[in-house]
Order: sequence, then C-alpha cells, then structure tokens
Amino acid sequence: MNARIDRDTEASSEPVLEARDLKKHYVVGHRLSRTGKKLVKAVDGVNLKLWAGETFGLVGESGCGKSTFAKCLVRLHSITSGSLFFEGRDISALSMRALRPIRPHLQMVFQDPYASLNPRRRVGELIAEPIRVHTPSTAPEIRIRIAELADLVGLTTEQMERYPHEFSGGQRQRIGIARALALSPRVIVADEPVSALDVSVQAQIINLFADLQERLGLTYLFIAHDLSVIRQVSTRAAVMYLGSVVEVGPTRDVYETPAHPYTRALISAVPAPSINRARRTREILEGDSPDPSNPPSGCRFHPRCFQAQQRCKDERPVLQDIAGGRAVACHFPLTGPPR
Amino acid sequence: MPESRELLLSVRELSVSFRTRSGIVHAVDRLSFDLRQGEVLGVVGESGSGKSVSMLAVMGLVTDPNAIVQGSIVFRGQELVGTAEKRMRAMRGRDIAMIFQDPMTALTPVYTVGWQIVEQIQAHQPLSKKAARLQARELLGAVGMPNPDAQLDRFPHQLSGGMRQRAVIAMALACRPALLIADEPTTALDVTVQAQILEVLDHMRKTIGSAVILITHDMGVVAELADRVMVMYAGRAAETGTASDLFNDPWHPYTWGLLGSIPPLSGPKPRRLLSIAGAPPSLVHLPDGCAFAPRCPSRFELCSKRPALSGVLEHDAACFLDEDARVLARPAMATDGAGP
Repeated sequence: MNARIDRDTEASSEPVLEARDLKKHYVVGHRLSRTGKKLVKAVDGVNLKLWAGETFGLVGESGCGKSTFAKCLVRLHSITSGSLFFEGRDISALSMRALRPIRPHLQMVFQDPYASLNPRRRVGELIAEPIRVHTPSTAPEIRIRIAELADLVGLTTEQMERYPHEFSGGQRQRIGIARALALSPRVIVADEPVSALDVSVQAQIINLFADLQERLGLTYLFIAHDLSVIRQVSTRAAVMYLGSVVEVGPTRDVYETPAHPYTRALISAVPAPSINRARRTREILEGDSPDPSNPPSGCRFHPRCFQAQQRCKDERPVLQDIAGGRAVACHFPLTGPPR
Repeated sequence: MPESRELLLSVRELSVSFRTRSGIVHAVDRLSFDLRQGEVLGVVGESGSGKSVSMLAVMGLVTDPNAIVQGSIVFRGQELVGTAEKRMRAMRGRDIAMIFQDPMTALTPVYTVGWQIVEQIQAHQPLSKKAARLQARELLGAVGMPNPDAQLDRFPHQLSGGMRQRAVIAMALACRPALLIADEPTTALDVTVQAQILEVLDHMRKTIGSAVILITHDMGVVAELADRVMVMYAGRAAETGTASDLFNDPWHPYTWGLLGSIPPLSGPKPRRLLSIAGAPPSLVHLPDGCAFAPRCPSRFELCSKRPALSGVLEHDAACFLDEDARVLARPAMATDGAGP
C-alpha cells in the first residue's frame, strides 16, 4: 500500500471509508466511429483512507477524475476494479439491494442542489423522502425530524412549506445538506458544494459544514477545485491529476511545502486577494491538462513539468511515503518551501 | 497612478432597468465612474450586482426591447447613449472590444479560427485577405498560441478552453481598441490556465495600451491586474478606489464582508470565515435607503437614506460611516462572523 498515512499505525481504529487501488474506466466512442472505441481511465488506482471525524479535501482541475471518484465512493457508480471498505466491510461488489442498509450512512451533497430537487414538491417533502424510504416513521415523527433538520441547516419550519424555486442558491444548498443529513449519515461526500455560490454565501456554507461537523461528529470528503476552500475546510488533503493522486498529506504541510511540482504550480497559480506588488515568482504551467483518453507516457504530468527528465517519460512514478505522514508520486520530489 | 492621463470613458448616472412580469428590475441604478486611457478598472460584485449589464450598456449591447437605458456614457467625448446602431457597430470591435466568459459563445463553430479573426480585421481595416491572414497569424503568436500557423486552420471545437480564450483575445485586440471590456475572462478556466490567460491579458494591454474594464467576482484576479477597483452591490457602486485602497484600507462594510469571506491561501487559518448574513436584495424591491443596510452589521438610523458616493483622493464609498466609526466598526466585524 502506498498512500499510507501515519495515523495508520494506530491499529486500534480502522478507517470509516477506505478505497484500495480503486479504478473506474469508461469506454467512450463507438467501434464504427472515425476515432473508434477508447478507454478513458477516469480514476486509475486511487488509495484513500477516511478517518472518523476528519475532513479530507480532494482538489484537482476539471477532468482529473475527482467527481467520478466521489461517485464511486458512495457507489453511485460501479467500480471497475479495486476495493472499497465501509467500516471494514468490502462494499465494492455489493448489489444495489445489498447496499440499501449501507446507503443511509454514506450520503452525498452535490454542486447544484437545484438539479436534485423536484420542482413540484415542497421542500419539507423533499427532505422527508429519504426518511420515508429508509426508516418507517409516523407522520408526527417525520414532522419533528424535518423541523430538527431545518434548524440544523439554518432554515425555518415555515420555509419547509415552500417550493425549491423560491429559494436562493445558498438556501438550496442548505436544503441539499438537510437531505443528506436526514438519515444521520456517518460520512458525507461533498462534491463541489460551494463552487456555484457567490463568495459571501460560500463562506456561510463553509461555516455551516464546520458547525455541523462539530455538532454531529460527521466525517467529510470535501471535493473542490478551489485551493483556498480546501485549505479552509480540510485537515488532510490530496491533489489529483488525470485520474490519480499525485500528493497527499496534512493540508498545512501540502500547502506550505508542496512536494509535487504540480501541487506547487497549482498553488502558485492562485491569484491572491491582496496587494503585494512585490509579486511572488510564479511558475506558470504551459499547456492544458491532457486528454484522459490518451494520457502521456510515464508520469502523466511530465509534458507540463518544469523539471521533467527522461525517467519521467519512461516510468510512471508511484505514490511513495515521505516524512510527516505525506506521500508523493514523483521521481524528483521537491524539498523545502517554494521560492 | 498617473493623473495626467486623458479621460477615456465617463459614465454618469447610468441606469438600466428591465420591465418584467413581476415589476421593474433595476439592474443598474445611477452608476457613475471614470476611466482613463490605459487604465485597468476592476469591477467586482456578486451575481446580480449589475456589473455585466452596466458594461454591456457601454458596448451598446443592451438591446432587449423591455430594457430602459438612461444616463450618460461619454467615450472619447462622444455620447454613446442614444447613438445610432450603425455608428455603434463601427465602433464596436474597433474602438471598444469585449471578451466574454465562455469563449465558445464568441466563436462560431462552423468556421476556422483564422477565418474568424480575418473577418474581424477586414470588417474594420481595408486589408487584403492575405495581409489580414498574416496579421491574424501574428496576433495568435502574440497571445501565446503554440504553433499559430496550424491553429489558423483549426475549428474552435478542436481547441482547449485556454486556447479558445487566447483566440478570442487575439480577435478582440485585432484592431488595437482603446477600451477592452473583459467579462469574467477566466472564470470558466482551470486555475493553471487562468494564470496563463491573465499573463497574456496583462502583456497584451501593455503592448497595445488599451484601457481595460475587468469584470470579475474573484478578488484575487482583481488584485492581480487592476489599477483601480469598483465594488458593486445591487446595481450601485459601493466603493471605488485604487487597488491598494480597496485591499489595504476598505471603507464599505460590504467590501469588508467580501474580503473576509475569502478563505486565505496562506497565513493563519480563521476558525470561521467572515460571512455576510442573508442574500443580496431583490432588484425589484430595493430597500429605500442603502441597499446593503439590511445585511449590514454597522447600520444605524441614517442608513434609511441612500448614501452618495463620497470620499477623498478618488477613494469613495457609498456609506454614512465616518472615519472614526469605520475604525470602530471594522474590527468588531472581523472578530464575529455572522452566523448562518
């Protein structure tokens, strides 16, 4: 196992959720089309351990496979190969029926809550739906639970009688969170939950996630493309590039002394909201993320890497432990803080 | 900032409203600002703050039959409000150009990139096709398009997002416009590509000497490029000033909230982010006084009147708080994040 983090040694506990060499490959195109069939390795061997009560941040640019990975983790996607353990039990191959008792513990919050809210039903009913499906309850029980959930996410009981279109973006995300919380899950996988929101509202929702974790002891996998959001919410973080994790470790260390050239470039690319005319030296990456159906040889980052050598073209680096509970997939990891 | 530069654009009391079924939407409400030659003005605000609509009005592109544009927009001494479409058309692209968020909407999918740039050049300059094509090639090279000769004959769908935005920038700058309006030019791009495009924009505007109005919701992008900044809220200017005024000594409580909402990328991590309670007001039923008052932690009796933009040395805020009150109010706001 390569993506091993030091907490691993505390043998007393096991991770709440663990992915081992998880892969998700898609066949795209058609055999009769000009380009033929292609295999897209959207997620190509990711290892991850999620410990109870932590917030794990997953960051990467579009097309790096982070959303696909999220959907695999809650088994909204089938898994091509590898395994997935929930509280020690392998759930990677369970049938939809066998998964049903697991689902309440493993919930997801999406980027665009509006897309997942039926416009013709009242918000209260929408929040009650998972409860009705999974736990037989009486009408008064459900009413009490809805009031509780509304209060938790900062909505009023009166608002439960309204329809989704009557809410602002931030409030809709609160509804999405209330739905995810309805069954008292242990793990919430949040896929870009704040990226569609304006910055002031984004801050409200980030604070809400933090408050809920404190009150309910939730475990989060928090996915975002915004590096500052990931820094704010997470204690550990992983950076993905083209289907695999290139670096993982405690968030603070990953940001302060990135070991992978991609991580360093990613962080240095973020424009800081402050005036410091002595500008940082920036490593501007050339080119774009490559086509996932036709990835480069060796290290997938080598065509854009400022320190690529022959070995990087030939040999694909594996994620290897470095000091401080960190791991990096690079033949020539960086040491020391960025210039 | 050089004061001597000539005034390029002067907008006074600009209002844009739309008649809708639910009432009149005041998208832009008596907005005034100036822009000098070669200056970069960052316009920031959240969605619905009127930042895009006001600049579309400058372009003369608010063509909705239910829209009412009032006020004055003077560009190089010429009034643009009410100018005949034919004259606007001649100016658009030549004197004022625009870049949009999604480059795909600015490019037609059925012609090659080269064809489209050549068309733009020939629309405003009496050049032969061959000469125009040569110029297009040069432009693509200038915006950092790798292998520009080959790109001329490719279609937009064959390019990545970053390459498309480069092509659009090349096209917008083809006639060396005096004013470039860039509406969220990097919002649709990944952060590493955003860094490339910001670099290209900065390089190009310096070579050509265009003034730029940069519309964005990203304070980081503004800090990177802008000389001056205008913060908009509910169709009005909340605060204007130099970039260092805005970032180092912001006056308006909305600006405080906006800056406090951004999670920092370095330095100490706040336990909670400073957020602004509530949501922006409906543009149909704007509050009578200060539009931000209902969400403002420092509001007081005066705020039921509408504050005028006022200040010193081109640092202005539409707020009744005086200097002493600001000093008192700001730290109070910074320690207590408004709850959900």
